[in-house]
Amino acid sequence: MRIEAFEFSNQVRLYGSADGSSASLARIDSNTWTRTAGTVREAGGRLISLWGAEQAAGMFAISAAYALENGILWLQLPVGDGDGYPDLSTVFPCATRMQRAVYDLLGLRAIGAEDTRPWLNHGNWPADYYPLQKLSSGTERFESQEADYPFVPVAGDGVHEIAVGPIHAGVIEPGHFRFSVVGEKVLRLEERLGYAHRGIERLFESTPLLLGHRLAGRVAGDTTVAFSWAYCMAVEQALDVRIPPRAQWLRALLLERERVANHLGDLGALGNDAGFAYGLAQFSRLKEDWLRLNDRAFGHRYLMDRIVPGGVATDIDPRFITAMLTQCDQIDAQVRVMQNIYDDQSGLQDRFAGTGLLSAKVVKHFGVCGLVGRASGQKIDVRVDHPYAPYHEVQVQMVSDDRGDVAARVAVRFNEIYESIRLIRTLLSDLPGGDIVTQIEHSRPPSCGVGWIEGWRGDVFVALETGANGTISRCHCHDPSWQNWPALEHALIGNIVPDFPLINKSFNLNYAGHDL
Amino acid sequence: MWQLLKQIAKTGTPTQRLPEGDDAWRTEGQRIQQEVLDVLGRALCIRAIDGGSCNGCELEIHALNNPYYNIEGLGIKFVASPRHADMLLVTGPLTLNMKEAVWRAYEATPHPKLVVALGECACTGGIFKESYAVCGPLSNLLPVDITIPGCPPPPIDILRGILTALRVKHANLPP
Repeated sequence: MRIEAFEFSNQVRLYGSADGSSASLARIDSNTWTRTAGTVREAGGRLISLWGAEQAAGMFAISAAYALENGILWLQLPVGDGDGYPDLSTVFPCATRMQRAVYDLLGLRAIGAEDTRPWLNHGNWPADYYPLQKLSSGTERFESQEADYPFVPVAGDGVHEIAVGPIHAGVIEPGHFRFSVVGEKVLRLEERLGYAHRGIERLFESTPLLLGHRLAGRVAGDTTVAFSWAYCMAVEQALDVRIPPRAQWLRALLLERERVANHLGDLGALGNDAGFAYGLAQFSRLKEDWLRLNDRAFGHRYLMDRIVPGGVATDIDPRFITAMLTQCDQIDAQVRVMQNIYDDQSGLQDRFAGTGLLSAKVVKHFGVCGLVGRASGQKIDVRVDHPYAPYHEVQVQMVSDDRGDVAARVAVRFNEIYESIRLIRTLLSDLPGGDIVTQIEHSRPPSCGVGWIEGWRGDVFVALETGANGTISRCHCHDPSWQNWPALEHALIGNIVPDFPLINKSFNLNYAGHDL
Repeated sequence: MWQLLKQIAKTGTPTQRLPEGDDAWRTEGQRIQQEVLDVLGRALCIRAIDGGSCNGCELEIHALNNPYYNIEGLGIKFVASPRHADMLLVTGPLTLNMKEAVWRAYEATPHPKLVVALGECACTGGIFKESYAVCGPLSNLLPVDITIPGCPPPPIDILRGILTALRVKHANLPP
């Protein structure tokens, strides 16, 4: 279904959007809000994100972004003070937690929603404090009063609970997992997140528009390139700025380098979680080589703050082009050796195969995205489906696998490394000349823009409303983990507790990016 | 299996092929081990805690465990329980939602209870300092022995910070 199929009276096409990755914004009423959700769902569209804002004192708006055939449809439903908006979770189950977060941040309730437990507010700030409301400064200080959280109990003979976190056993981000088990078998997993909530969306409102990429780049350290790119893309769309081709290509180079770095780390950790420490040693060595070249070529191991509004901050020196091409050959060859070794280890394959099965049905149900979706046969990749520059020229071959288990998620990672290395070779060999950044004139009237990037986990999305004189009036950042965390709960059902670390790692979802 | 062995043989030991800039501390390896022994009488056990970081610092802690840095070879290891730890290595701007967990972990840690604030956020509150949702820097909650700035600090700096914390403790021990 194409965006134009909806004929909203006030639909506005956002600047600079090319066909295939266009974006439109429409203000609608609450009947249309509900009806459109159903129509999008039936047509196979996806809910990318749901968020809210107080646009002026007492004037609220709830927003939803849908992925359609030719881009993003951003719908805004004006909501009065104290009113709610119609629940979307019966149409898009992944909306449940987003709606709970909207309430915690803004005080807007989804009318008819079944689960209204707090999500980000753990009781550490007052229940009637809503940081995104205009009355709040966002810099208040509160004394900690951790509240109890009503987990869903599972009853029955021999059922007991295992509580894990928020501090996990390894060097891992904070979150709480509540397992209900019989013996070793998991009947139910319930996640509780929000421990890394830093109030980023409120912080954006006191950040100058042209410095917001630094904050976006710290939403999630392992996805810093994708978030800063999505943010800058939104800024450039809102201000109608065209960036130089060389900057587009360098951004893609950074994004693919980020993807490879994370996949290398995950493949090692996946070996380790199945008792194959050798894999961790080998892959962490390769990842370190990769990061060191990032540092030498761009001045940062994880490429933070390299993407800036208007382009990129660092050009690439010709000697590093050669070094990167050489490194691509080396890493590609060594990863292929490692893949053969992984395939040969019967003990490893025994742990991977059939474990943590995520069916295509559950993928569809929760709108699971990114590599986890592709490992369950869902062929969706923003770089392929909505090729934003330079992916309209440097075309991506989609990688997927139909098995839906840990083995499939391992295989997708291997194949995405090969594909990203192929892309990096092309990006380096055919890199256009010219400037790397365009000067941005930000004294435009308030406007809107979206950024939509295929990060290494999946759809990274930013919706931006600019204010007057280079300010941000609202910036919403969305991590693909919002869709994928609920699916993890399903992938675990019926598995044994000791397989949880392995299954969890095979998803490797984001805490910081989700909690914001 | 032959492929695995071949790969091991071909890989060699990367710890011996460090770039020049890193040689200084590597040659110190034995002295570092001795210092760890002098202060603690055994391996140094670290409990890493994410106090609401962006995960950047965690990536660098992971990197510290790779064969290039090989910190286990120096007698330093990461442990699962604060009750087994000599040192807490804490990242992030200390979110309100992690404050109690961090405090409980500190309470559970036996002496010498070394505390290292890792990364810009833990040291100063960083870019998140003004937010309603954080209560950092870490020193607002815990007595911090050493701060390691950087966003994120590279593995070498983390190692230096860990060693400095040990040395400070060593200097303060009765003879």
